Amino acid sequence: MDFKRITLLSGHYGSGKTNIAVNLALQLKKSREKVAIADIDIVNPYFRSKDSQAELEKAGVRLICSEFASSNVDLPALPQDVYAITDDPGLTAVIDVGGDDRGALALGRWRDAILAEDNYEMLLVINRFRPLTRDAASTLEVLREIEAACRMPFTAVVNNSNLGPETTAEDVLASQDYAREVCRLSGLTLKMTTVPEQLYPELEGQIEDLFPLKLQEKIV
Amino acid sequence: MAEKVLMKGNEAIAEAAIQAGCRHYFGYPITPQTEIAAYMAKRMPKIGGTFLQAESEIAAINMVYGAASTGHRAMTSSSSPGISLKAEGLSYIAGADLPALVINVQRGGPGLGGIQPSQSDYFQATRGIGHGDFHMIVLAPASVQEMADLTVKGFDLADKYRTPVMLLADGTMGQMMEPVEIHTPEVKEYDKSWALTGTGMKRKHNIINSLSLDAYELEQFNLNRFERYKLIEENEPLHEEYMMEDAEICVVAFGIAARVAKNAIVQARKEGVKVGLIRPITLWPFPKQALAAAAEKCASFITVELNMGQMVEDVRLAISCKRPVTTCTRTGGVIPSPAEVRAKIMEAAQEGGAE
Repeated sequence: MDFKRITLLSGHYGSGKTNIAVNLALQLKKSREKVAIADIDIVNPYFRSKDSQAELEKAGVRLICSEFASSNVDLPALPQDVYAITDDPGLTAVIDVGGDDRGALALGRWRDAILAEDNYEMLLVINRFRPLTRDAASTLEVLREIEAACRMPFTAVVNNSNLGPETTAEDVLASQDYAREVCRLSGLTLKMTTVPEQLYPELEGQIEDLFPLKLQEKIV
Repeated sequence: MAEKVLMKGNEAIAEAAIQAGCRHYFGYPITPQTEIAAYMAKRMPKIGGTFLQAESEIAAINMVYGAASTGHRAMTSSSSPGISLKAEGLSYIAGADLPALVINVQRGGPGLGGIQPSQSDYFQATRGIGHGDFHMIVLAPASVQEMADLTVKGFDLADKYRTPVMLLADGTMGQMMEPVEIHTPEVKEYDKSWALTGTGMKRKHNIINSLSLDAYELEQFNLNRFERYKLIEENEPLHEEYMMEDAEICVVAFGIAARVAKNAIVQARKEGVKVGLIRPITLWPFPKQALAAAAEKCASFITVELNMGQMVEDVRLAISCKRPVTTCTRTGGVIPSPAEVRAKIMEAAQEGGAE
């Protein structure tokens, strides 16, 4: 699977963006020298890439994140270091965008620079087990709202359909029709299908572009 | 059976309320419950309901008063500091004998506190949140599924007894995601002949009010209300027992604390300690009988709470101080670890619960 210099992960709130972003950054570090993950969520103060700080630092992935993330205050702040992503062309970056249109609003600040360089992918993370994106039509609604908020078009879809710890291989297989329908209606391609790592051996070979995910735990 | 979906606790509350027939939600954002308002804002317009972001928590609770007066299922939600603001409105709702559901997804306090989870509004919820002689029914969910199920139950209890009901959750329960089945319950018919629905010039007008000009009349209203409270205390206490059959030590915990306690109990059992859990699901009415029965066979009690020790008082009252009761508590947004709870259990096991 090829990745551009900048990969943006956006989608409905709670669709699994942060977990994918952390896994993807760790994966990219295996083949690229300078990798950063930027958390530009201004909506949800919980469940942030900062929760995986120790693992990211150990792997040598630079974490760009508000110092108030996962703290005891709810401050929608953005760190100035985010500019490093558009300023340093030698950096491979994963941007973890906040959920829904409200969360994607902050992305508009870097839109012009990202579009001008044109070495990016903006991935729509979808999960058909989330109540407000159960079908392709309602998922498209979320897609349009996000695109309007950040003024950037999506380039591909990530099917992250899961039921948390109860996810089965059948659930993932059954979600493919939904993912294909989202792609058909939006005109986007399916970049990858993500699965909990324990299901990877069972599904390998059955689904193209399968990406195993290690669940990032929140340390309390 | 409904297909499972992956939901946040806050979303489960909102969807369950809609399934229970609630079409009037009035809210004001505050972390960690804002997803309830956000979900209602998306869903209510699509089903002909009302989502209204009020100008304040006080305005929202008084909008609930108004909507409930018409006999419709109405709800508001907030987190600790916002709930304090709703206290006056809740007293008026209780005084006017109106059914309503109020959600408190607790955060650390006092004051503005912080956004991490807490159970420090136990006293506030169970002791009479506002002025005057009154109670609310208080429900304490311990999973995302229960967030949904107890929301439905809350509306039923509110209608059945014409009383405000509080769902007392915490930041963890509100934010965590779990697979959940959302059911569409059959809503029972309750007598709502008291509601303000228009007389049609065919009957005497109803009055929704909490003011009495005559002291004897006000006393009688209070006595009548306490007759209903007596029925609630007889019929509605709910609790879960876990590994209590042969338990010599009884851990008492609700909500997220009960989940931590279960982990600790499993560990302590592996080390040969006979310990079990009583998890109150209704905090008012408190499951006194279950606790009193446990006091007959258990040597000691431990409460696990995300506060400085509040429910511990109800445990001591329920068992008439027959056995020693200790606490395992963390506060300010900190959750006790299973290891901390296990250590308390081992301490109690060594002391043998001697009086």
